[in-house]
Amino acid sequence: MLGRAANGVYWMNRYLERAENTARLIDVGFHLALTRGGERPSAEEEWKSVLTTTGQVDAYSELYSDFSGPQVFNYLLRDKENPGSVLQMIDLARTNARVVRTSITNSVWEATNEGWMTLHDLMSRPVRESNLGEVLSAIRRQAMLVRGAMESTMLRNEVFNFARIGTFIERADNTARILDVKYYVLLPSVAWVGSSLDNVQWDTLLRSVAGNRAYTWLNPGSMDPKEIARFLILDGQFPRSLVFCYEKLRSNMAGLAKEYGHEVSAHELLRDAGARLHQITIDDIFEGGLHEFLQGVIGKTIEIGNAIAADYRFIE
Amino acid sequence: MTATSTKNFDEMLNEDGSVRPAYADFCNWYDSQDKNWLKRQDAEAERFFRRIGITFNVYGDEAAEERLIPFDMIPRIITAREWRKLTRGIEQRVRALNAFLQDLYHRQEIIRSGRLPMQALRNNDAFLTQMIGFTPPGGVYTHIVGIDLVRTGPDEFMVLEDNARTPSGVSYMLENRETMMAMFPELFTQVPVCPVSDYPRRLARSLRACAPPAYQGGKRPVVAVLTPGIFNSAYFEHAFLADQMGAELVEGKDLRVVDGRVAMRTTTGYKAIDVIYRRVDDDYLDPLSFNPNSILGVAGIMDVYRAGGITIANAPGTGIADDKAIYSYMPEIVEFYTGEKPILNNVPTWRCSEPDALAYVLDNLSDLVVKEVHGSGGYGMLIGPTSSKKELAAFEAKLRAKPENYIAQPTLSLSTVPIFRDSELAPRHVDLRPFVLVSPEGIDITPGGLTRVALKKGSLVVNSSQGGGTKDTWVLDE
Repeated sequence: MLGRAANGVYWMNRYLERAENTARLIDVGFHLALTRGGERPSAEEEWKSVLTTTGQVDAYSELYSDFSGPQVFNYLLRDKENPGSVLQMIDLARTNARVVRTSITNSVWEATNEGWMTLHDLMSRPVRESNLGEVLSAIRRQAMLVRGAMESTMLRNEVFNFARIGTFIERADNTARILDVKYYVLLPSVAWVGSSLDNVQWDTLLRSVAGNRAYTWLNPGSMDPKEIARFLILDGQFPRSLVFCYEKLRSNMAGLAKEYGHEVSAHELLRDAGARLHQITIDDIFEGGLHEFLQGVIGKTIEIGNAIAADYRFIE
Repeated sequence: MTATSTKNFDEMLNEDGSVRPAYADFCNWYDSQDKNWLKRQDAEAERFFRRIGITFNVYGDEAAEERLIPFDMIPRIITAREWRKLTRGIEQRVRALNAFLQDLYHRQEIIRSGRLPMQALRNNDAFLTQMIGFTPPGGVYTHIVGIDLVRTGPDEFMVLEDNARTPSGVSYMLENRETMMAMFPELFTQVPVCPVSDYPRRLARSLRACAPPAYQGGKRPVVAVLTPGIFNSAYFEHAFLADQMGAELVEGKDLRVVDGRVAMRTTTGYKAIDVIYRRVDDDYLDPLSFNPNSILGVAGIMDVYRAGGITIANAPGTGIADDKAIYSYMPEIVEFYTGEKPILNNVPTWRCSEPDALAYVLDNLSDLVVKEVHGSGGYGMLIGPTSSKKELAAFEAKLRAKPENYIAQPTLSLSTVPIFRDSELAPRHVDLRPFVLVSPEGIDITPGGLTRVALKKGSLVVNSSQGGGTKDTWVLDE
């Protein structure tokens, strides 16, 4: 497989994952903005916090001075000035899919291309609050269709492994960032750990990683901040937890090593990081500082991604 | 003579309005179809093409970065007998083209014999001095050829143009058939149509049969398709063919010369390529030998090629054989190398470089089609009968300034095939490009081809860049 093609499937899947995650964050912002009251922040602050989570608040502030809902979500979804808009990511995902058309199945290509057509149609005009829900669910659905097409039609070979590695690198990064940004916004003081908090707010944190139902199944009737952190970091069953993402990275990288007959430096990096995640407890994490821990994971994930790109000759 | 002359040969209907044998089965089916349903299918076809991403890019047209070539669902049908004659003629012509190239780059007997003037080569950019004295692996110059044919009568096909560089359009031949079979499956049970779907396998086999001396045997030769990239107008086709052949789709930036071989950067290191089906022009192939600013090719590939390290398909320098100035000599060329009379005729051609011809062309400009010798894609040509006085005068000035840049041909009464328009059939002009594969194993012609159709009533310009469309082309099985 060409290094350039590996780079293509990797980024195609990263962009799709990122588009889906952004859609979910907007959904959460929208929910919070609609359920204000009591001690909760204003709607504008909620929208600003969505931008903070996606790391786009500075770029946004250069263009606009207020944080009204439609302005923010249109910026995140379709603003031509925003290189990280959902539409831009869908374009990039499709461009990468075109580049690697000979490596992916027709079903995967068609799902990607149809998603691109559908989302461009839906977002050809500014999105209003009245059709935001429809747009967001279309984004999630189209990303899932591509993943479904991969799952059911692709050979389990190097191409598939690079695609999955792209997905889980992006997902681990996303979960770590959301938790890092949101946790201390929601938890004004570490002393509050264990106390009863605004359940709606915590629910939305879980919702932003599609984990609200799963958490409730595992922890009926309780909304405990520490347990939520444990769930998002260490729960091996939850497909967006850090442990889960790293486990998937491990198995896909193992697939590559098996197919190629040898390991690369990224395997070593991944082994160390994975072992650390498996051994650590939630108490250890809080003892050393959640923020420091999450920053460490984010940095390590970037490092592993870079090592994979270099080891497998993504670019010259 | 006008462009919409009533003397046009209608491929479907006899002069008395009855249906010709080629279209009998199809018309039976068509007459029994609900026209509203056909209309819906017609609209559905466009969605189908968009979804599977058969698009082409138009240079300099950013707003419409990806466009569809319009598809018309009425097939163009050729009988088995007509096809047999065509294939004999095409095979003869392609054999002559390869022999001609071999000769031009070696002893140049045809020039010594006085059949071709030296000046046809002189100052001709398509003639590559880098190829002189070199014989490509297997002696094959044109691995893939597209012969553009027009029909003017029941028994008269003429060659309009030879495409010996990198003929495109074969993906449309394949996808048009796929589309027709998906839209009207029952039609194919009622009409015996020769399949075209094994073209990619034939292409792969044909290319592998031309492996270079450096190929060691053992595993099958490694074939790669070299594309300029996703912004090229034919990128879809490059990806499609690589995919269907099971070959790698590479760009110049994936390649470099390693240990005397052209190698591609894979995830586990550089891997040698045996045969490269390149879809970049000669000029961009090797910055060390040709255009030094090219980033689309591979530095040093020509040295590897000459040392037997790789097969390049088509060979560099084949453009000299499909040059419009050379075209006018094709009847002599065919006869010189095959010893036979050409089975397929040329369109009569005036070389404006010759004073007598130029005088005739200037006197009859409004009846003629004038083409640039090195032009392609329907750009820079004049169609006399449909041009205004002002356009004619402007072209006359160009002709007088640089007569050697032009050839002229009579306005042909091209045959018509019906298209589906407003729920009815309406005749439109067509041409035909069959695809020919050449290898040491022989010449292989896929029964079918690309039929291009001028969608505008009366128009003779079928190029997709100028509003032309395509049709599925059926060769009937015996």
